[in-house]
Amino acid sequence: MSNVTQATHTATENDNYLNHEKGIWSWLTTVDHKRIAVMYMISILTFFFIGGIFALLVRGALFNSGENKFWSYITPEVYNQFMSYHGIIMVFMVIVPGIPAIFGNFLLPVMLGAKDVAFPRLNLASYYVYLLGAAIAASTLFLGKIDTGWTFYTPYSIKTSTSVVLAVLGAFTMGMASILTGLNFIVTTHKLRAPGQTMNKIPLFVWAIYATSIIQILATPVLGITLLLIAAERTLGVGIFDPNLGGDPVLFQHFFWFYSHPAVYIMILPAMGIVSELMSTFSRKTIFGYTAIAYSSLAIAAVSFLVWGHHMFVSGQSEFAGILFSVITMLVGVPTAIKLFNWISTMYKGSVRLDAPMLYAIGFLFLFTIGGLTGVWLASTGMDVHFHDTYFVVAHFHYVMVGGVLMAFTGGIFYWFPKFFGKMTNDTLGRISWVFVFTGFNVTFFPQFILGAMGMPRRYFEYHPAYEPLNQISTVGSWLIGFGFLVALVAIIHGLLAGEKASANPWGSKTLEWQASSPPPHDNFPITPTVTAGPYEYR
Amino acid sequence: MNNWLSLISANAFMPIQGTEIAAKVDGFYAFLLVSSLISSIILIGGMTAFIIKYKRQSANDKTAYITHNTLAEFTWSFIPFVIMMVIFYWGKVIFNELRAMPDAASSEEIHVVGVQWAWNFKYKNGIKQYTKDGISKDNKLGNVEKQVMVVPLNRPVKLVMTSNDVIHSFYIPGFRNKQDVIPGRYTSLWFKADKLGEFQVFCTEYCGLSHSQMPATIRVLPEADYKVWLDANKPAEGAVSDAGKELYENKCRSCHSLDGTRVVGPTWKGLYGAKREFESGPTVDADENYLRESILNPNAKVVKGYPAAMPPYAGQLSDDELSQLIDYIKSVK
Repeated sequence: MSNVTQATHTATENDNYLNHEKGIWSWLTTVDHKRIAVMYMISILTFFFIGGIFALLVRGALFNSGENKFWSYITPEVYNQFMSYHGIIMVFMVIVPGIPAIFGNFLLPVMLGAKDVAFPRLNLASYYVYLLGAAIAASTLFLGKIDTGWTFYTPYSIKTSTSVVLAVLGAFTMGMASILTGLNFIVTTHKLRAPGQTMNKIPLFVWAIYATSIIQILATPVLGITLLLIAAERTLGVGIFDPNLGGDPVLFQHFFWFYSHPAVYIMILPAMGIVSELMSTFSRKTIFGYTAIAYSSLAIAAVSFLVWGHHMFVSGQSEFAGILFSVITMLVGVPTAIKLFNWISTMYKGSVRLDAPMLYAIGFLFLFTIGGLTGVWLASTGMDVHFHDTYFVVAHFHYVMVGGVLMAFTGGIFYWFPKFFGKMTNDTLGRISWVFVFTGFNVTFFPQFILGAMGMPRRYFEYHPAYEPLNQISTVGSWLIGFGFLVALVAIIHGLLAGEKASANPWGSKTLEWQASSPPPHDNFPITPTVTAGPYEYR
Repeated sequence: MNNWLSLISANAFMPIQGTEIAAKVDGFYAFLLVSSLISSIILIGGMTAFIIKYKRQSANDKTAYITHNTLAEFTWSFIPFVIMMVIFYWGKVIFNELRAMPDAASSEEIHVVGVQWAWNFKYKNGIKQYTKDGISKDNKLGNVEKQVMVVPLNRPVKLVMTSNDVIHSFYIPGFRNKQDVIPGRYTSLWFKADKLGEFQVFCTEYCGLSHSQMPATIRVLPEADYKVWLDANKPAEGAVSDAGKELYENKCRSCHSLDGTRVVGPTWKGLYGAKREFESGPTVDADENYLRESILNPNAKVVKGYPAAMPPYAGQLSDDELSQLIDYIKSVK
């Protein structure tokens, strides 16, 4: 507790944000950042569950190469819809908002010693805007489906008869929520830090959320405009992307990736923030290279805007542009490598304990290393021409998005669960879930690297019989992942119902949120804390 | 040779190499594989070693207070940077080679049209490998009869590609090459097959319902057999450029000469591949896309010293006619 000069455990035992007000209405109209975080958590976990079911169905359909699938309901048409829903739900509704909306909302003010975010009402508004967007996107399930994949590539998305307009309006609306949240976090970080807490004393999770928020408010409007242009083209016949109307279909790809590549960092930077916290806490050691990690987040955020063309090496963009995007993409690899080395060095001469959250952080390091290295392969023009749009790419981004983001996300849930709900989860259940998720993940996605090298294209309903054995291994792996996440869900429910009571700081961490009681009172701290030392002072 | 996948050999799961460049790509792939393996061993090995060595002994373990180490941090920034620049440059060299189009004189040119959901091929002498109604059920992956592209051994083949509907992508795993096929413009791809046999073609840009069912086969024949095949299948209606010549006679002749004389518009003599200067804007090489634009929308680039007098032909020529006309322009030397 050396970083806080005033003891803060003066709140009465019983008053906390969960019971401060009662009734469902008090939840739905709350402006408490912690309650909003819990509502986000319920929504996002629900969407994650649905997106996961779509993933299992897609993998199930791919168990056999031919048309005689184990379940004849899945025709090519249905398969394309499942594949699209899996992508749209997981990207726009789960991974992009996930960590900032849940952990950012709950922890950012507490880590800064603030009572709430800078604009509490805007925060609640962003939750409802997000829900509205999700509802619009979900309405396509009943109103014409969607079969474009999550990328909405033109001119297919102009020509298909499915309800693209609703889907892009949904994504547009969710983007709006993302902008509001990002704005809120930037202002909060700048204006609401506790006395004495300079920018070089904020936890690295805050740095990560801060860098993410910058990308969110700069890149998301571009996606919004692009998606609106699709809607305009479909409803009004304005020729922007459809060559039959005088448009340019490749222009869409430029617009789309100008957002969607930075969006990759919207997804991964907060996960990196969580890992920084976990590595320090579970090694009982100060983080190695605080400044390097903090600034590399900003460096990644800045460079992320200049690399979109690496999705388009074979799209017909000029050869020179491809080469330029390739070399800039390589530069992103450097700050990423720095972070990996820093986390590993944090364990050096530390005191490492493998509780469930730390296991997930270790899983992140393992899988993200593979995801990052294969990213370098794909960033190289000469190699990417072969791998582009094959299963190699599918494997690569799942190693980053699932192996990276979802591992950190789940680790974060187990780590901050005591802070959220004042109860501990069962560590054994947490570890069992890790074993299944981690093993299952590698069984599912490692074979896909090989399939990609063999030349199997992605988004194929039927495929060459020679690819069948590896696809079957991959499908079995997906069942292991599904089971692992079910165990994690059981651990969460068990923790909520029958978890041991948690102390304020069960992991012995030094960051500020652990100085508030578990769960924190309505105003987080009875007296605004004064910060005199950095967030990782294990001496 | 029917199933190239069964020929996966020692080169770490990559398909059989059908071109010289494929072997170069595989060499690069091997380097990436080994360097990534070493990096993984350093990172994951270091991580595992620290987890074991620095296992927590008691709740109050004292740990070293190490905030940073400039030398270590410089090293692990600089070495990855150098390795990544090597990977970038190696990839660039291969990419340049994949994209350097062969000269027209020594190469064979084939037109490719992607449609939902099939590939159509068209040869200079008029041979068409077309499937009109997509792919029938008995004509699936690995057993393709209609969409066969026959090419000569050891001679560069240039594909000039476009799409009738949405974006497709022409991918030949055995040649380690692919290129998106885009409606409303031409893209090109080239290869020089140095192995006889059949090579699978896939569509790798999601194009809707039967995206996975538009495979084709590239059949590589010895030069002599290729010639025989070309002659045997030559259609009665004649070469593609013959149809283009007819279009020229009907629509273009009054303004464009073939012998270099100036009429209203620029001559077609030696037009293809020449540098063009315009009333405004940068100069370009007259390639297929330039010719296409100048026919459909002539006022976009008006050649220096000529009046903007040509009417636009957008909507008046079918894609087929357009490519016939362009083929004819290319044949006027």
